Amino acid sequence: MSAIDPFDLLAMLVMAVTTLLTRAAGFWVMAHVPMTARLRGMLEALPGAVVAAIVLPLVARIGAPAALAVAAAVASMIARRNALLAIVVGVMVGALARNAGL
Amino acid sequence: MNATAERVAEPPYASRAGLVRGVRLAGASIPMMAVFGVAFGAMAAQKGLTLSATTLMSAAVFAGASQFVAVEIWSAPMTIEIVATLALITAAVNLRFVLMGASLRPWLGGLPAWQTYPALALMTDPGWLIATRYRAEGGGDAAVFLGGGLALWQAWIAGTLAGHVLGAMLSDAHRYGIDLVLPAFFVAILVPLWRGPRRAVAWAVAGAVALLVAALVPGWWFIVAGALAGSAAAGLLDERD
Repeated sequence: MSAIDPFDLLAMLVMAVTTLLTRAAGFWVMAHVPMTARLRGMLEALPGAVVAAIVLPLVARIGAPAALAVAAAVASMIARRNALLAIVVGVMVGALARNAGL
Repeated sequence: MNATAERVAEPPYASRAGLVRGVRLAGASIPMMAVFGVAFGAMAAQKGLTLSATTLMSAAVFAGASQFVAVEIWSAPMTIEIVATLALITAAVNLRFVLMGASLRPWLGGLPAWQTYPALALMTDPGWLIATRYRAEGGGDAAVFLGGGLALWQAWIAGTLAGHVLGAMLSDAHRYGIDLVLPAFFVAILVPLWRGPRRAVAWAVAGAVALLVAALVPGWWFIVAGALAGSAAAGLLDERD
């Protein structure tokens, strides 16, 4: 095993601590302050907003194979509700499109 | 509150038998988690992360979605700016844990902190779902939550290791669409979050702002900008009714 770069280690530590805080914060906060409907609505919308903000620019950068992969993954997910299957279907469709020259 | 959905629940406690019960309830989610780990490990190998760094990340962070994004924006050499971006994006991707943790307060709130926080530290989407289902069926043993979390954690680490070894052997992963795993994975997460067109307005705002910022600002800030814009849009929409 090679030694880990100290900055890489810092990045991982920051990720680990941040994630730990998200895991503990909700449980801790609920003992002290009530959650407002507005705040709950904003927090609930955030995961989807993050996904959209990641996926759209990524698809725009990669092009047609990514657009087809995403469409196929959504279709599979709606049909079967199996995330793993949706990824496999999406990646296969995208890779086929790429190898076909799209 | 829906009175018919309410059942007589056991008072909260924690037992050794609950750990085993949690592992059993995790069941099919364990191989599933391992396979996700393989996909992550393979992607990390392709991006040039070492086996030790990748495995360490899986053990310490244990949050697949944020790890996939982190590997995507990982840079060599790592800079302070990227570390700051990673912190913000990790927080944004994992903010759903805040709500999941909050929902466990009524069940676990009465137990001592040493029985609750270790389990919370291992909380994932399937782990939370398993524990929530167990509680909804009237169970009270908090160790079920920890047992499921521990089993899923080990599956994630083992999968990551195997995936990295496999990924390092693939010479032209681009051909097999390894770069398509992240978008496919993320839209698969999005589908169960569908709550009708109102929620989708926030997603559209997030996507549009992200595209705009990506075109204008270098780096990965478009993710943070888009996510905040989408969340703010949801908050504004709430005010209308």
